[in-house]
Amino acid sequence: MIKTDILIIGAGPTGLFTVFEAGLLRLRCHLIDSLPQAGGQLAEIYPKKPIYDIPGMPSVLAGDLVDGLMKQAAPFKPGFTLGERAETLEKTEEGHFLVTTNKGTVHSAPVVAIAGGLGSFEPRKPPLVNIADFEDKGVSYMIKDPEDYRNKRVVIAGGGDSALDWTIYLADVASEVTLVHRREGFRAAVDSVEKARALDKEGKIRLLTSAQVTGLSGNGRLQSVLINHKKKGGIELETDFFIPLFGLIPKLGPIADWGLDIKDNAIRVDTFDYSTNVPGIYAIGDINTYPGKLKLILCGFHEATLMCQSAYKSINPDKKVSFKYTTVSGIEGF
Amino acid sequence: MDSVKIKAIDREGVEHTIEAPVDMNLNLMEALKGSGLDVKATCGGMALCSTCHVYILTSHNLPEPSDDEEDMLDSAFLVEDNSRLGCQLRIESDMDGMVVQLAPDGD
Repeated sequence: MIKTDILIIGAGPTGLFTVFEAGLLRLRCHLIDSLPQAGGQLAEIYPKKPIYDIPGMPSVLAGDLVDGLMKQAAPFKPGFTLGERAETLEKTEEGHFLVTTNKGTVHSAPVVAIAGGLGSFEPRKPPLVNIADFEDKGVSYMIKDPEDYRNKRVVIAGGGDSALDWTIYLADVASEVTLVHRREGFRAAVDSVEKARALDKEGKIRLLTSAQVTGLSGNGRLQSVLINHKKKGGIELETDFFIPLFGLIPKLGPIADWGLDIKDNAIRVDTFDYSTNVPGIYAIGDINTYPGKLKLILCGFHEATLMCQSAYKSINPDKKVSFKYTTVSGIEGF
Repeated sequence: MDSVKIKAIDREGVEHTIEAPVDMNLNLMEALKGSGLDVKATCGGMALCSTCHVYILTSHNLPEPSDDEEDMLDSAFLVEDNSRLGCQLRIESDMDGMVVQLAPDGD
């Protein structure tokens, strides 16, 4: 079991800055994030985009801001559970919270700070009416073990790197691979596109461009996909598997079931200290809501700072918070 | 003209008339979201998420989509010839009377 003072759900900018502010108060932090790297949206969606509203930084690339926050947090030795999604939360008799991830890692802390942004990143599911009926019965949103597809017929949809890379990889594994993509051009890396076009010419895979999957059919298990081709019209293609690869999208996910007061996919907090309706659980950054809320990184930093003061009092009810300026006392790491 | 009226059809088929100022450098996504329509705009208008995917139902003369916009439409669903990302369309005075429909939301 991983034990810490403040367990932070979400390793985006707000979560990372919490480590620093908590560290100044001699509180240790551990972060959980469903993505394999720290940085949240900044690292996953727009690492190369400049941000212009960080005070004192006229322009900073999102990826560089994450690097800076990691360096700033480093003296306080945060722990990370990455690539795992916080799934359940329980309270022990001693009043600690136990948070377990989807991979079974258990964390214990007296305070939980939810800095989950827009939620955890999950594969985007196409809005096909009966898709849920075929999940794990022919439809999967990611490829865990390519061997599952050996000598099977596979239809992949999408035009990005993962769609192209898996199409190329499965050409030698599956008995039949079809890639369905809505237009002639691809946004994936040029050499993967060339490789896929060559495999298509050799007859090893089938590229169906200017086409989209519009329906699924089967009897308990997926049997075919319905494809709408711009020129040829409707095509029904028999297949064993359909793998839509349309990237990731954040979702609130299991946090919604933790007994918190939720309004429009955000957690209601008291702006005094960003506490939720559950004592000991705070929500900071894009995931919280209150009158006048603005979803800005700089607001998340402010919320994290005030939250840590309150967390200190809740962890050390008998002690007084000794506020120090870093300009006077510097940074004393762990 | 200081503002334009745009008709937006939500995912339940309900029509909303929204009024958007043309002098605020606003884009269609911001105008729709600001009027309470269910547009997630996860990436904040950088053509990086496709959650502001709309269909343009009128023949208004709009700038051609950039390569970035086309690339990002690849991660949207049920993309049609009249598909656009709202965040890439600046509100201009010649958009008056335009009708847009929110595209189905991938779950």
